[in-house]
Amino acid sequence: MNTTVSPLAFSLDGSIAALFVVLGLGVMVSRQMLGSLRFFMWQSVALTASALVLADALQAINLLWVALITFSTKVIAVPLVLRWAAGEEIYGRREVDQALSISASVLVAAILALVGWFAVAPVLPILHGTPFALLNLPTGLIMVLWGAFTVALRRESVAQLMGLLIMENGAFFGSIAIVHNLTVIAEIAAAVDVPIVALVIGLLIRSIRRVTGTTRVGGMDTLHER
Amino acid sequence: MTALWTHFALNLAQVAFLLIFAPLVEGVLHRLEEIIQGKRGPSIWQTYRDIWKLFGKDEVISEESTWVFRFAPIVAFVMPMFVVLLIPALTAYPLFFAFMGDMVAVGFLMAVSGFFVALAGMDTGNVYAAVGASRTHMVGFLAEPVFIMVFFSVSYVANSTIPYFVNATWGASWGSMLQPSHLLVILAFFLLILADEGRIPVDSAAGKVEIAMIGHSKGLEYSGTSAALMKWGGTTKLMVLALVLVNVLVTPWGLAQHTQWTAILAAVGLVLLKLLVFVMVLALIETTLAKLRLFRISEFLAVAFVICLFAVSVRLVGLG
Repeated sequence: MNTTVSPLAFSLDGSIAALFVVLGLGVMVSRQMLGSLRFFMWQSVALTASALVLADALQAINLLWVALITFSTKVIAVPLVLRWAAGEEIYGRREVDQALSISASVLVAAILALVGWFAVAPVLPILHGTPFALLNLPTGLIMVLWGAFTVALRRESVAQLMGLLIMENGAFFGSIAIVHNLTVIAEIAAAVDVPIVALVIGLLIRSIRRVTGTTRVGGMDTLHER
Repeated sequence: MTALWTHFALNLAQVAFLLIFAPLVEGVLHRLEEIIQGKRGPSIWQTYRDIWKLFGKDEVISEESTWVFRFAPIVAFVMPMFVVLLIPALTAYPLFFAFMGDMVAVGFLMAVSGFFVALAGMDTGNVYAAVGASRTHMVGFLAEPVFIMVFFSVSYVANSTIPYFVNATWGASWGSMLQPSHLLVILAFFLLILADEGRIPVDSAAGKVEIAMIGHSKGLEYSGTSAALMKWGGTTKLMVLALVLVNVLVTPWGLAQHTQWTAILAAVGLVLLKLLVFVMVLALIETTLAKLRLFRISEFLAVAFVICLFAVSVRLVGLG
């Protein structure tokens, strides 16, 4: 494996990782549903860009496929699927509420980010053959943690879906640096999952709304059978 | 001409550059915003005309006010001129005031002017000015940790807070330009400028309703020469912050490398071009975003704070 990469590619990937984190923060803290979706789309663009930089630096053809698949599924397919399955819920509603205030959740996000940085530190020496793991692995882990946090935090099914999607983005962001020799069919299998998840949850959101008249799922745990 | 006198002349050129072009920057900003909104908008020279007109008008000062009210416009006008002596406005090499203060001093000088303007607002007894002053300080209070974190991360990356050194550190190569911590600091500093300058989404500079104003209601009582100084000082303040952003953080190149006049003139053109790009971005943000509710400004600044925290932690774990 080629372990010598140019400092420029490394810095470029670092900047993309920084953007990836900031856009993930946008998904977490934006109050508006559509804003959240747009942040997710831009984050997927950042993921695509990172895959392209890695493909160039490591001369890995597979990563070009990853970039293409990511772009077509996450930037193009997911918004289309969501518009079809739950268009009214996502494009009609503006504000979403959540369990914690945004300032508090931003602080929790900061702590989770620090946890992410330091949790990866012991693993990194093992991965010295994969130079970009240093950047992508902690970034991906942070996004997985944030996604889980968003799912737990938001009382809104659509926003929880966003949490799931950024978790998926994070997992991809970390994995493209470690494993870039997977066969294309595996990449396709992993990536096609995403629009399907979006579709299933989108339909679920629609049926929840039809039954309860709202997409707020936070209060549902207090319901009980008569 | 000795080196000392050359540097002195260059310092004067920096101040003159600031004073002459600051109203133009604001004029272009207004014009662009109106164009984006589908209107024709005022001429880009309108701010010059406003300032000229105000200098010719009589001044009315309330009998209830004290010396603070008369003194504040002078402070607000002079402070950005001090700041421009400390930052690389036209030259890439340090001039002789460069080592008298660093970026913390820049923040301090800005805070002095903000403090006097807020005091003057309360001094008049105008209800809205007092509300505006307290709101400005609320925003300033929330922005303080972000300011400190920006300085901290800048000094951590460049090993210095002297703007000329920071400029040289980041301008050295593409590799150093594209560091993640650099990118994050730029973002956080841009959010800070929006908050500090009272721009949308924090405050609406074009708003005319006093009750909704944050910073802009403090100058309501001024007239004549004082109003002109406040207006001119406001434009130079925006331009100074923009200069720090474009010359130190975003594009640390294109400045004069030696003392020849041709190099300085080329730098004037290039810096104005950079400022034009900044103004375009600002106009785009101002016209596409809505103003935040007052109690949501803390969220806006919390995001800026966390971005700074990333910048430091990225550096801390040895990636940036």
